[in-house]
Amino acid sequence: MTVLVENWNYLVVICLMMGGLFIVISQNNLVKKLVGLAIFQTSVFLFYISVGKIAGGTAPILKETGDLLYSNPLPHVLILTAIVVGVATTALGLALVLRINAAFGSIEDDEVLAMKAEDGEPRGRRDDDAEDRT
Amino acid sequence: MTLAQIIANLPALVVAIPLLLAPVAALLPYAGLTWALAVAGTGGALFCAVMLMGATAGGKSFSYALGSWPPPWGIEFVVDPVSAFTVLVMAALAFVATLFARTALLAEIAEADAGKAYSAWLLACGGLSGLVMTGDAFNLFVFLEISALSSVILIALGAGKDRRALIAGYNYLVIGAVGATFYVIGVGFIYAVTGSLNMADLAERIPQVPQTTVVMVGFGFMMAGLLVKAAIFPVHVWLPAAYAFAPSAVSALLAAIATKASLYVIARVMFGMFAGVPDLAGFAAEFILVPLALAGIFLGTILAIYENDIKKLLAFSSVAQIGYIALGFGLASTAGLAAGFIHIGNHALIKGGLFLAVGCYAVALGSRVNLGGMAGLGRRMPITTTAFLVCGLSLIGLPLTAGFISKLYLVRALLEADMIAVLLLVMASSALSVVYLWKIVEVLWQKAEGEAAVTEQPALYMPLWIVAIANIWFGIAPAPLVDGAQRAAMYLAGGL
Repeated sequence: MTVLVENWNYLVVICLMMGGLFIVISQNNLVKKLVGLAIFQTSVFLFYISVGKIAGGTAPILKETGDLLYSNPLPHVLILTAIVVGVATTALGLALVLRINAAFGSIEDDEVLAMKAEDGEPRGRRDDDAEDRT
Repeated sequence: MTLAQIIANLPALVVAIPLLLAPVAALLPYAGLTWALAVAGTGGALFCAVMLMGATAGGKSFSYALGSWPPPWGIEFVVDPVSAFTVLVMAALAFVATLFARTALLAEIAEADAGKAYSAWLLACGGLSGLVMTGDAFNLFVFLEISALSSVILIALGAGKDRRALIAGYNYLVIGAVGATFYVIGVGFIYAVTGSLNMADLAERIPQVPQTTVVMVGFGFMMAGLLVKAAIFPVHVWLPAAYAFAPSAVSALLAAIATKASLYVIARVMFGMFAGVPDLAGFAAEFILVPLALAGIFLGTILAIYENDIKKLLAFSSVAQIGYIALGFGLASTAGLAAGFIHIGNHALIKGGLFLAVGCYAVALGSRVNLGGMAGLGRRMPITTTAFLVCGLSLIGLPLTAGFISKLYLVRALLEADMIAVLLLVMASSALSVVYLWKIVEVLWQKAEGEAAVTEQPALYMPLWIVAIANIWFGIAPAPLVDGAQRAAMYLAGGL
C-alpha cells in the first residue's frame, strides 16, 4: 500500500494511459477518439517527467557550492519535442475530421463506415464522375 | 566547401536535402517547378546514398555527430553496411516514384495542391531516411512521426478521387500515433534503467543493468510500437486501406519504402540494441516474429485472392510479403537476416513496380481500377502490361527474376535453421500467390466489349520499366544486392 501511495504519480500515469487508450478504441466519435489519443500521449509525457524528477532536486545550474542535488533535465527536453509532435498529430487529425465531415456529413465512426461500405458497391454516380473527367 | 567536407557531411545530407527542400516546394507556384524540386530532392538523396554505400564497402562504419556534439550525448547518424544498404534501396525507389509522380500525381489531385503534395512527399522521403540513419532512440521517434504525418497527408490526398481516402488517412494517423507512442513508452523504460538514448551506448549498457521486468517491458513496448509501423499481422489493419485509397503515385512510393524503414528499425532494435540480452531478443524472434510472420503470409495471401479492388489486392499481398521479411529476421541467424534484407530490396522493386503499373492503368482509365475495369487492358496497354507481368512473376518468385533470389535465400536460411515445417508453409503460400496473380492476368486478356483505345504515356511507363528491368537484372545478376544484404546481415549478426 505504501508503495502505491509513494508512487502515486505513476498511478496517475497508468490511469490516464489506460483511459486514453480505451477512449481511442471504444469511442465512436472521431473527435473523441482524438481526445483519447491526446490523453494517452499526455500520460506518456507525465511518465517521462516523473522519471526525470528527483524529490528536492533543483534546476541543473552550476554553482560554486559543490554537491548540488538536481533533476535530470533531459527527459523534460525530450517531452518538449514530444509535445510538439503531439500537437501536430492532433492538428492534422482535426483537419482530417473536418474534411471527413464535409465529405460524409458525419463524424460518427459507424455512420461514416456504413457510407464507406456503400462506396465499395459499383454505383451509377461514380461511373458518371469518371466519364465527366474523360 | 571542399569535396572532402561534402563527403564528410553526406550522412546528414541524405536526410537534410529532402527535408530542407520540403518547405520550398510548398511555396513555389507552379506544379512543374515543385515536381522538379522533388526530383532534385530525391535525386540528391539518392546520390548521397550511393556515396554512403561506397563509403561502407568492406564492412566499414562511421558516425556523424549532429551539431558536433559527440555521441553518446549528442544525436549521431550511423553509417554502417546495414543503414547504407537500406537507405540506398529506399532512395532509389523514392527517386523512381518521384519521376512517375509528374504525370500520375497531377492526374489525381488538384493542380493547386501540387506544391503542398510534393512538400509532404519530400518530408516523407526525408523522414524515412532519417529513421534509417539515426543512432538515437528518441530521435527515431521524431522521424517516425515526421514520416507518419506526411504519409497521412499524402494518403488523404486521394480524397479527390475517392472520399474513403480520408478515413484511410485518419485511421493510419490514429493507429500510427498509438504505435509511435508505444515505442516512446518503451524508450522511457529503457532510459530509466540505463540513462542513455544512444543506440550503440544502449547496446553496451543494457546487458550491464539488472535484467528486471523493466527491461522486458521496455523492450515489449518498443517492439509492439514498431510492429504496428511495419504493418506486421495482426497490427497491419491500417495498411490495405491506406495503400488502396492513396493517389497511385503515393501508393507506389509508400508500398516501396514506408514499411521497409520500420522493418529495418525492428532488426536494429532486436539485434543491435538488445544484442546483449540474447534471451529477450531470441524469445521475441522465435515466439513472436516467426508465428506472426507466418500468420501474416497466409492471411495476406488469402485476403488477396478474394479481393477485387486491384490496389487493395496488392496491399494485402504486401502484408504477406512483409511477413517473408519478418520471417527472415525471426530466424535470428546470419542467413535469415540476409534473406530479410534481400527481400527488403527485392520487395521494394516488386511492389513498387506493381503499384506503378496500376498507377499507369488508373491514369489511362481516369478512375479507380477494380478487376472488372481491367478487362482487356492487356491488349490495349501492352507496354504497361508486360512490365506488370514481369513484376508479377517476380512476386511469385519465378527463376530469373528478383523474387526468386529472395525465396532462394529464405529457403536456404530455413533449411539451415532446420525448420522444415515452416519451409513447406512458405512453399505453399508461394503457390497460393500464383492464384491471385493469375486472377489479374486472366482479366487483363479477357475480351472487352468494344472499348476505346487508350494511350500509353512514356512519362508513365518509363519509370515503370526502370523498375521492371531492375527486377530482371537482380534476378540474373543478383550479386550487388545480395552482397550488400549479406554484409548488412553479417554486420548486425556480429552482435548475435
